[in-house]
Amino acid sequence: MTMDNLDKQLLNLIQTNLPVTPEPYRELAETLGTSEEDVLARLERLIARGVIRRLGAIFDSRKVGYSGTLCAMKVPPPQIERVAAVVNSFPGVTHNYLREHEYNMWFTLLVDSPARVEAILEEIKRKTGISDILNLPSTRLFKIRVNFDLGEA
Amino acid sequence: MLSEQDKAIIRALQEGLPLVSRPYRALAEKLGMDEEELLARVKDFIHRGVIRRFGAAVRHQDLGYVANAMVVWEVPEERVEEVGRLMASFREVSHCYQRPAHPPRWPYNLFTVVHGQTAEDCRNIALKLSRISGIDNYRLLFSVAELKKSSMKYFTEGK
Repeated sequence: MTMDNLDKQLLNLIQTNLPVTPEPYRELAETLGTSEEDVLARLERLIARGVIRRLGAIFDSRKVGYSGTLCAMKVPPPQIERVAAVVNSFPGVTHNYLREHEYNMWFTLLVDSPARVEAILEEIKRKTGISDILNLPSTRLFKIRVNFDLGEA
Repeated sequence: MLSEQDKAIIRALQEGLPLVSRPYRALAEKLGMDEEELLARVKDFIHRGVIRRFGAAVRHQDLGYVANAMVVWEVPEERVEEVGRLMASFREVSHCYQRPAHPPRWPYNLFTVVHGQTAEDCRNIALKLSRISGIDNYRLLFSVAELKKSSMKYFTEGK
């Protein structure tokens, strides 16, 4: 989609700082020199077109009490569809990508206890017949950045 | 520990902030709380780091960052801290984590995600990181298909 300069400024602004005040959209409008109606209309459009996936809180899964991990699995290419159906059937599997490597199926698992992680991996092994799964929980976080500077602003 | 009310707030917030003039008041009404009380809880979540970021999650592929690769590195244990910090300092690197190696099946213990305009860009960024860090055993793992991508919903099972 085409975005004008104000769209870009708005996106830059709201990636990190959505005001936690009674009238956040009016405050954004004041910062940008436009009206609250204009900000709301732009946000509606950006959400409808999928540029904004979600507006609001991004939680720290650990502090919410969840355990997360990244898993990699060696799946024979003819079985990818069948195995993906099993893996994706668990709601805690939030992302699953096929990557160019012997360990070709990479999925993230986020559940409410470490014991659940083990239980789900065992169930995946049993249902798919594939036992070679790497469980790679992060032990140290150096960086996580999900905002992107759009320039122009 | 989170209270049942905290969990209800999290469930409501993860649906997204309503696009109305008084979004917190709208949410508070659903939760049976005051707007003021809800604002205070949200601020407290941000302060305690329960909310990592309060803002928009943007689909960056639409913004010109078209290529990305997961790059995995085999880093000697005693250099992980230094190399992790070094790689994290580059703007092309969005994520940088240490994860356990499983030798010999899987020797890599540092994971980065690099972003560029093209796959070739990503290879060049990885090469630059390799030269600067002196870590030469690494692999780029490009994604060839997205099999699932969903936003996490907390505290929904069994509800």
